[in-house]
Amino acid sequence: MLVLLSNYGPSFVEGFKYTLFSSILALFFSLIIGTFMAIFQLSKNKFLRSLAKIYVEFFRNIPLLIIVMFCYVVVPLYWFQLDGFQSGTIGLTIYTSAFIAETIRAGIQTVPAGQMEAGLSSGFTSSQTMVYIILPQAFKIVIPPLGNQFINLVKNSSILAMVAGMDLMYQGDLIASETFNTFETYIIVGLFYLILTLQLSYLMSNLEKKWAIRE
Amino acid sequence: MDFLGAFSWINIRFLLQGLLITVEVAAASIVLSFLIGGFAGLIRFIKIPYLSKIVGIVIDVIRNLPLLLIIFFTYFALPQIGIRFDIFWSSVAALTIFESAMLSEIIRAGLNAVPKGQMEAGLSTGLNFSQTMSIVVFPQAFKAMVPAIVSQFISLIKDTSLAVIISLPELTHNAKIIYGQNSNYVLPMFIAMTVLYFIVCYILSLVSKFLESRQYNY
Repeated sequence: MLVLLSNYGPSFVEGFKYTLFSSILALFFSLIIGTFMAIFQLSKNKFLRSLAKIYVEFFRNIPLLIIVMFCYVVVPLYWFQLDGFQSGTIGLTIYTSAFIAETIRAGIQTVPAGQMEAGLSSGFTSSQTMVYIILPQAFKIVIPPLGNQFINLVKNSSILAMVAGMDLMYQGDLIASETFNTFETYIIVGLFYLILTLQLSYLMSNLEKKWAIRE
Repeated sequence: MDFLGAFSWINIRFLLQGLLITVEVAAASIVLSFLIGGFAGLIRFIKIPYLSKIVGIVIDVIRNLPLLLIIFFTYFALPQIGIRFDIFWSSVAALTIFESAMLSEIIRAGLNAVPKGQMEAGLSTGLNFSQTMSIVVFPQAFKAMVPAIVSQFISLIKDTSLAVIISLPELTHNAKIIYGQNSNYVLPMFIAMTVLYFIVCYILSLVSKFLESRQYNY
């Protein structure tokens, strides 16, 4: 295993960087889209509400692989060129944003209705109340579940390997087929993933415990 | 785009065969992982020294690995140390490994949610530990677990699409074969795949929501 790591270490690290980069990009954009979809789901506008509902229900109920393959196969065929990394990251963003929208919506709904009324009656407009009063409280509630979504995102980013997205899993696959040492290669790949996900999940469960005590 | 050609009877039948394999693999895995996960969850629930800790660590590790890696591992790496499955069973094995870790957490949480008094009441009425567990505690815990298990089943059905990488002949794989013949079939096949997956998963998610809403109507 050490021999493998010393020979192919740079490739593993290269793949790790792509995995990290793709996950962070997808997290950033899916947080933005997810927040908007959550607000739309609770808005009074019927069109926005049904749009958000369809978006969330649709993308939560189809496999991530189909979204990614759609970006990789269908989009270049009819519209414009996307490479594996781009289509993987776009697919991840769309898929994760649907889950994040659900999480944030649940968070917003746990903020008492009185907060909204208080904001409105002290002269804020409804969007100001949302931004300054509701969302900051909601985000604190949803940070642990959002952390779990981020862990899922990191794990799901391995899907980039299926569209040649240069990520850790892809590099591991290349190395495995080069050295025929599948067993050890995949264990190393697994360890690299655990570096990220295990720490995140311990961080999240600690946060949850800490906040549970304080409240 | 050629919708008529793409949706010929032969192609639709081929897709439906794929869907059947998808559901078969998912169903086999959920049953197996309920058994294994239930066992692991029980070990963690009754807190056997050392053993529970070790099981907990193994579960944490598996839960934090990508499923794709586990699929690769069971199909490509395990034969290197002499464990061989065919494609169907190695997909089932990979999904089972991953899903039992998920289910064991759900089952443990379900068991923990049953008030301690129930266990004590069972023991003090003269039932022994395994009787209390199976007659008193587990049925109550199971009711609370069912919605979560159904939503795990949904993600399992979605995850079977990953087994396309080891060419399990499920829905995604069959659709890929069909659109590989003719580039006019690409978009119709994506629409068909999406619709089929969506119908199955959406119905299940409605079931899960229904079961969840019934929880509080005692």
